[in-house]
Amino acid sequence: MSTFSLDDLREIMRQSAGVEAGVDLDADITDIEFIELGYDSLALLELAIQVKRKYGVSIPDDDVVDMTTPRIAVEYINRQLVGAEV
Amino acid sequence: MADTVITGLGVFAPTGIGAEEHWTAVLDGKSGIGHITRFDASGYPVVLAGEVPGFDAREHVPGRLIPQTDTWTHLALAAAEAALADSGADPKSLPEYEMAVVTSSSSGGTAFGQGEMERLYQKGPSWVGAYQSIAWFYAATTGQISIQHGMRGPCGVICAEQAGGLDVVAQARRLLRTQSRLVVTGGTDSAMCPYGLVAQMANGLMSTSDDPARAYVPFDADARGYVPGEGGAILIAERAEGAEGRGYGAILGHASGFDQSERTGRPPVLAATIRRALDDAGLNPSGVDVVFADAAGTPELDRIEAEALAAVFGPRGVPVTAPKTLTGRLYGGGAPLDVATALLALRDGVIPHTAGTERLARGMEIDLVLGQPRQQPLSTALVVARGYGGFTAALVLGRGDRA
Repeated sequence: MSTFSLDDLREIMRQSAGVEAGVDLDADITDIEFIELGYDSLALLELAIQVKRKYGVSIPDDDVVDMTTPRIAVEYINRQLVGAEV
Repeated sequence: MADTVITGLGVFAPTGIGAEEHWTAVLDGKSGIGHITRFDASGYPVVLAGEVPGFDAREHVPGRLIPQTDTWTHLALAAAEAALADSGADPKSLPEYEMAVVTSSSSGGTAFGQGEMERLYQKGPSWVGAYQSIAWFYAATTGQISIQHGMRGPCGVICAEQAGGLDVVAQARRLLRTQSRLVVTGGTDSAMCPYGLVAQMANGLMSTSDDPARAYVPFDADARGYVPGEGGAILIAERAEGAEGRGYGAILGHASGFDQSERTGRPPVLAATIRRALDDAGLNPSGVDVVFADAAGTPELDRIEAEALAAVFGPRGVPVTAPKTLTGRLYGGGAPLDVATALLALRDGVIPHTAGTERLARGMEIDLVLGQPRQQPLSTALVVARGYGGFTAALVLGRGDRA
């Protein structure tokens, strides 16, 4: 079964929108809001595009808006991955 | 009334990075025009351009912004940083809603757009990045500068090809007369990609010469079109009150106009536009010490400009120059660079020459400064700009009090 980890998310974040000066993605970012990490709504759309490209998981725009923290994003993407295999 | 001044210059141009490097190259007649290196242009009719030498966005632009923006915005972000530092103003001490950003843009983010279009066609829609939604857009540069420096006053972009670069300075003056205390203005452009080049070629006005020294020779008997270029200048405009001792020069007058279709039989609006700019400045033609010409580089457009200048100032009535032969035409960035060059000329009392042009075409009744710079005291300068399709603008500048 494929799973999607926080490290997978970190890698995509780095690739999609880069890292803002003063932000350490390797710290415990699980419950820090994306906006605090320097990822605005457009950065999250770019992230969603890369998730779709790499994992085949489509994230509707409305769901992207609800993804406010890395924890919520990882859980959402894992649910989709599991669902896709049922 | 000299109530508004330019206090900061940020230059990123084919003639160099930084206002002083640019100015030295201009006085030396050192050209930034060469064969296009950014992509293989050997299969295109136009093979020469002015590229900004040695520009590496990573040295000048926050890492986050590089993948999100086009080269033209990289150049402007870098130039804005330099212009603010040069101005001596302290944006942190000003209220965020009293700082504004108004830039000119003509091409938008063509290279960025071309990359995304290639991914669309070659790989599919899911490969098109989200930043395509903003990176190509003409207002992207203004928006990114606004965000980067926390400037939340009135922001805008003017798209009037080369003329837009003067109209933004006038808009800056308008804002300074109302609610703004500092305006980041000027502009850049960069369309150094096949899509960008082909879009420009459609105007039929570009030089297909492969001789960098003679490809773009406005007013010359051999004029054969213009060479494109990238870069430009970002300018900081402020109220004169509070900027004592920091002004490169004052914004004295402006006017813009638009040519009617040739079918109407109406004459070009250039002469009338210059006269209105002089009226706005409260000057007679004899009060203008030097003209920085639009210098389109085609026989017909050169003739129209020379006739307009002769009509307003009298035949050979005022020194005229066009340092843009060293950079090519920079579209949204061209006139702001001319403004920067004119302000440096006013500061130093020297008119840079028009490098490249050798022998004036028959009927050009203008005193074009050729061969070498001309030393003379200067108090005022007129900058003229025209954009493809009829855009016309004129800006009058006065010498500053910068210590």
